[in-house]
Amino acid sequence: MSVVTLTINGQLVSARAGDTILTAAREAGIDIPTLCYVDGLSAHGGCRICLVEIAGSPRLQPACFMKVGEGMEVQTDTERLRGYRRTIVELLFAEGNHICSVCVANGACELQDMAITVGMDHDRFDYIHPNRQVDLSHDRFGIDHNRCILCTRCIRACDELEGAHTWDMAGRGSHSKVITDLNEPWGESQTCTSCGKCFMACPTGAIFQKGDTVAETDHPRAKLEFLVNAREKKQWNV
Amino acid sequence: MELTDLLDIAAKERQARPPHLIRCCTAAGCLSAGSAAVLDRLRGAVHDEGLTERVGVAAVGCMRLCCQGPLVRVDSPVASSGTEGVGMKEELYQRVTPDDAGSIVGGFNGGTVTANKGDLNSAFFQLQSSVILENSGRVEPERIETYIAAEGYQSLHRVLRNFTPAQVVEEITRSGLRGRGGAAYPTGVKWATVAKNPGEKKYVVCNADEGDPGAFMNRSVLESDPHRVLEGMAIAGYAIGANQGYIYVRGEYPLAVQRLHTAIAQAGRLGLLGSHIFSSPFDFRIDLRTGAGAFVCGEETALMASIMGQRGTPTPRPPYPAEHGLWGMPTLLNNVETYANVPTIIRRGADWFASIGTEKNKGTKVFCLTGKVVNTGLVEVPLGTPLRKIVHDIGGGAPDGGTIKAVQTGGPSGGCIPAELFDTPVEYDSLARLGSIMGSGGMIVLDDKNNMVDVARYFMQFCMDESCGKCVPCRAGTVQLHRLLTRILEGRAGAEDVQQLEALCDMVKHTSLCGLGQAAPNPTLSTLRFFRHEYEALLKPGSPAQRMGLPLVAPVSANRPR
Repeated sequence: MSVVTLTINGQLVSARAGDTILTAAREAGIDIPTLCYVDGLSAHGGCRICLVEIAGSPRLQPACFMKVGEGMEVQTDTERLRGYRRTIVELLFAEGNHICSVCVANGACELQDMAITVGMDHDRFDYIHPNRQVDLSHDRFGIDHNRCILCTRCIRACDELEGAHTWDMAGRGSHSKVITDLNEPWGESQTCTSCGKCFMACPTGAIFQKGDTVAETDHPRAKLEFLVNAREKKQWNV
Repeated sequence: MELTDLLDIAAKERQARPPHLIRCCTAAGCLSAGSAAVLDRLRGAVHDEGLTERVGVAAVGCMRLCCQGPLVRVDSPVASSGTEGVGMKEELYQRVTPDDAGSIVGGFNGGTVTANKGDLNSAFFQLQSSVILENSGRVEPERIETYIAAEGYQSLHRVLRNFTPAQVVEEITRSGLRGRGGAAYPTGVKWATVAKNPGEKKYVVCNADEGDPGAFMNRSVLESDPHRVLEGMAIAGYAIGANQGYIYVRGEYPLAVQRLHTAIAQAGRLGLLGSHIFSSPFDFRIDLRTGAGAFVCGEETALMASIMGQRGTPTPRPPYPAEHGLWGMPTLLNNVETYANVPTIIRRGADWFASIGTEKNKGTKVFCLTGKVVNTGLVEVPLGTPLRKIVHDIGGGAPDGGTIKAVQTGGPSGGCIPAELFDTPVEYDSLARLGSIMGSGGMIVLDDKNNMVDVARYFMQFCMDESCGKCVPCRAGTVQLHRLLTRILEGRAGAEDVQQLEALCDMVKHTSLCGLGQAAPNPTLSTLRFFRHEYEALLKPGSPAQRMGLPLVAPVSANRPR
């Protein structure tokens, strides 16, 4: 396997021919932000967060897809790219119903982290407030489409790692929606193995484990009553 | 099938043709105006008047002046001419009703024809060319014999017998033909790339997923002269070394689908498609794939995904289809009109083709003239023809005393060209310099009653509705652009909204995954460029806070109690 050299942000980097710019950059310790990309899954190229500038090319290219080339000069962190990345994140927040304070993933969310990374202090776009559904029909997991950013990680993880291909995409444009089987309730899916790989892959709180949500948080008040009864009424009814 | 057999069929077809011929348009435009009933009555009248020996009735394709349909043309040998069949007199009848049929046929028995006569000497017909549409309105799309009588499939025979594949590519390269789907990539270069890329199998794909609002060039070609496209694809298959072709045609064109089915079956029956074509070692099959209503499937990577049975969404390029296309094999993807040029280029030569048009834009182009113009329909002119000639001379200018303000070219990926720039030659490069594109050939004429912000919003809505949803800038960006344009149009916006509109246009243009998203801001950007005053006339003055009537708040420190 041959090796090529290129520069990323002015730094000379060597990479295996056939590697993507993203792989080469990360191996060299240069971070390119990504959202729909996950190591081990096929590249999707949809979020456009990892777009980079390549000298001599009129188009921006996704680092997760674009292969390295000999002598390539790549810029990953220009002011223009930072501006576009922030706009993308703002568009994502405006497009769904992302209310961090009541989300299971609050504090452990890649969309939230990305907003911090790109310096998004407010959203310049109108919130669309789409009317989206929640599916809680599965025993162990739930999906809240309000928090879905349509990155297709669940689809790819289910197809490529589990081999079940329970998930897929339906609809188009802003009406796109991830579905289980032929748009049936997740709990009725004949193909789902309940492996949880979609949950592991989801960058936001869209796919979550049951029991993790705020609403399901259990405050065992009966225990207090038991203690009070024990002390005051001297009753020890277990 | 040998060449002699082909010539035999042609000769028989010509001999069987009665001296007089009534041609009735049966393309979708005239059919929707009722031409099926007209055709029926014409055939009945010819039979009833006992004229079957002298007068033939042909169900042909588009005769261009769609706004005056149903169209009927009558060819008669000129009586004064000494040699029979040399001089032909052509008569055009327009807006023909079924009741007119009797009078048209009665004319052959000395009766008076009362049907509305059209003017074949008008600028609309006289200023047009005939290369791609040479057979349109002449051959019968559902009878292969008529195409063979018009020298059809002789180009295919010629390349199989007289050309090496490399010579075919060379001929196409020399002709200067550029892709007619909109991107205008040199066809010869594309063919050479696919031919040279290694692959155990290669594919030829015809993009017939024409979806731009106001565009129906490809539909007309497929409905009027489908064999021309099949022949062009077979020649391409020979040139690049492919044995399999696919035509991806949109499901909204049921008549085109049906005629293609018929054409493929007829060509297969005669051995003009299939194994050992013209007793050569060359095999070529064509299958149809019908779209299910997604505009994005006209984008080449999405189209290939759809052919392979996957969800029709684009994938980043490179790799290009020429290298990694259908099932990972080198694939040649061209538009209907590109293939439709090929048989003529082979028959008349690359030099002849290159003599039409301008230095970098060879040949002719079919446009669909629609909107606020007198003559709407199909227009074929050499590339480089000034816009003014197309709109004012051929199109006949604005109807009802209106003033033409602009022409929208290239559909949702194009832009608006203002009337003061109508001397611009219609070429790929000159339109691109004006921030528009020639695209696949839609031309929508706009007059002074059209608000340009409304036009921009219409196309943005189209892009928003047709976005596949894969990439964020196109999926969510077009939604926000549409909201901004709506706010401006409804008089609720200020200068800062136009600034945001421009910034978001720039972002969507440069970050979207495929050409549709990248071009979605074009109608907005081009109207902002040439008709900015129409945007500004709708804006409210002042800052957002002032417009909301909020009171000016004193500095915090002054309000604070001591």
